[in-house]
Amino acid sequence: MPAIRRVLIANRGEIALRIIRTCHKLGLETVLVVSEADRDALPARRADRVVCIGPAPASHSYLRAETIMQAALSTGADAIHPGYGFLSERTQLAMLCEENQVSFIGPTAAQILAVGDKLRARQQAVGTEVPVVPGGAVVTLEDAEALFEHLGAPVLIKAVGGGGGRGMKLVESLDALPGALKMASAEAGAAFGDARVYMERYVARGRHVEVQVLGDGEGRVVHLGERDCSVQRRYQKLVEETPAPGIDAGLRARICAAGQRFAEGLNYRGAGTVEFLLDVERNAFYFLEMNARIQVEHPVTEMVTGVDLVAEQIAIAAGEGLRIGASQAQPSGHAIECRINAEDPANDFMPSPGLIAHAEWPQLQCVRVDTWVESGSRVSPYYDSLIGKIIVHAPTRAAAVTRMREALAATKIEGVRTNIDFQAAVMGSPDFQAGGVDTHWLGGLIAQRLQENTHG
Amino acid sequence: MSLTARDVAEILRVLEESSFDTLDLDMDGVQLRLRRSGAPPARESVPTPALAPRAGESPAKSARSAAPAHTAAHAGVAPEPGAVAVPAPLLGIYYRAPKPGEPPFVEAGDKVQADTIIGIIEVMKLMNTVRAGVAGQIVSISAPNGELVEYGQAILWVRPD
Repeated sequence: MPAIRRVLIANRGEIALRIIRTCHKLGLETVLVVSEADRDALPARRADRVVCIGPAPASHSYLRAETIMQAALSTGADAIHPGYGFLSERTQLAMLCEENQVSFIGPTAAQILAVGDKLRARQQAVGTEVPVVPGGAVVTLEDAEALFEHLGAPVLIKAVGGGGGRGMKLVESLDALPGALKMASAEAGAAFGDARVYMERYVARGRHVEVQVLGDGEGRVVHLGERDCSVQRRYQKLVEETPAPGIDAGLRARICAAGQRFAEGLNYRGAGTVEFLLDVERNAFYFLEMNARIQVEHPVTEMVTGVDLVAEQIAIAAGEGLRIGASQAQPSGHAIECRINAEDPANDFMPSPGLIAHAEWPQLQCVRVDTWVESGSRVSPYYDSLIGKIIVHAPTRAAAVTRMREALAATKIEGVRTNIDFQAAVMGSPDFQAGGVDTHWLGGLIAQRLQENTHG
Repeated sequence: MSLTARDVAEILRVLEESSFDTLDLDMDGVQLRLRRSGAPPARESVPTPALAPRAGESPAKSARSAAPAHTAAHAGVAPEPGAVAVPAPLLGIYYRAPKPGEPPFVEAGDKVQADTIIGIIEVMKLMNTVRAGVAGQIVSISAPNGELVEYGQAILWVRPD
């Protein structure tokens, strides 16, 4: 396997900057591809070389695998880091890398395909004795009705090619099944180019707990503990933390071992996350899906383990294998991440693009800020609204919450609307402070705040 | 119910992230038609801020030098007042001639029409012809043959008619 000397980063925003930082720490040169909208952004000023690949719309720039591959070959890059989103979980760029002897800092194209097909991933889980939510494939209406009767209402219809909550339908009665099935299939076909759907029992009170894994591609996998990402709005994570609060050591060990086993079964290469639904009422957990990429919330794991996950991704891609043993991955203390978005919580979380007139990020002990935004940055309407992540580390969860409240209070963003005050309200709520909220909790908090604003 | 500029921006973003090429929205008398264009952006709309070429640099060499060349990259300086840049419509390797050894499509001093072919840009073995997009006389050719041109980088400069 060739050594890696020059890394092309096929992404933007905070993750581009975060990858550049580790590359430079490792003495690697960086080539950043940018769209016209990102030419002057902070990551472009930090990279050793910047290549403009197209206009602002991602379909003409960050999603153009051939153009990015050409840029890598023409700039002499020997590896490509895809970050998250964009081309990270599509097989196209990984395949082009394999064809052109450029290292893809991520899993193989075959592994991306294997976990991208949710039914296949489900079968993989069953095959490695990882529990799944009761359910299965549905082809005909008769199948669906029989399975519905077997599982009991309510059920979820999901897209085989989908993920992240998109294209899901909740069905509460048999009457509603035919319509929901038809609609889910049509939507799945249009959105993912794959009309297949499957059905699962709906877990009313679930927490989102995921396991960070690293694999060497030859069957060796280590896990770096779990993250709780239950604070979500419409399946979009807003707060992540590790360890997951209120879970006993036995359950934690079983979840982490299941994540590791799943990745081992794939001979998984690189960094990945195995997501589980923790059924609060039954104290059971089920496999949801695997994300074959670095995650937005990876810093909380880095804070408690001291492992630089991007550096490990690069080492694995360079053929150095796993440098971390299970004993080194023992977490210490508690870490919380708040995503800071340019959006307006008072207006249904509408994105709020524009010029950042003034940006002030917290400079406090044990507080890490991953951001691409400074005074004068422009938040483009073409991309997601994530402007930064505040990550805190403390010996206990209570101390971490206190530290996060201080960090949020020290953050000032002017020019666009942000969710900073909203995140402060989350941190201040007794439920969150008690720990262990489920994925519906935030929706309730939002409704409550809305009501208070209308009546107050 | 009406659409605000912000709604349209959000809809644009949704379309961008989807696999659809068109979006037709009819609601309460408001019609919105969005179409993803496969064509390169209209050259007429690209004003002077073209990229300064890095003539003579091999890609590897320029990547190694951590010089802040990229920040100055917008500042393409016109070789004479009034000259307009013909920007690369996509990133790739620029070729001045149809085949090695053949005469270039155009030379400095040539008159061009909007549809005159001025070169080829190769992206992963796919050849894309590039047209002038403007009528006038070529002042100078700035992109080196056989090297990487970025999106928006000036290929050549034209004194418009």
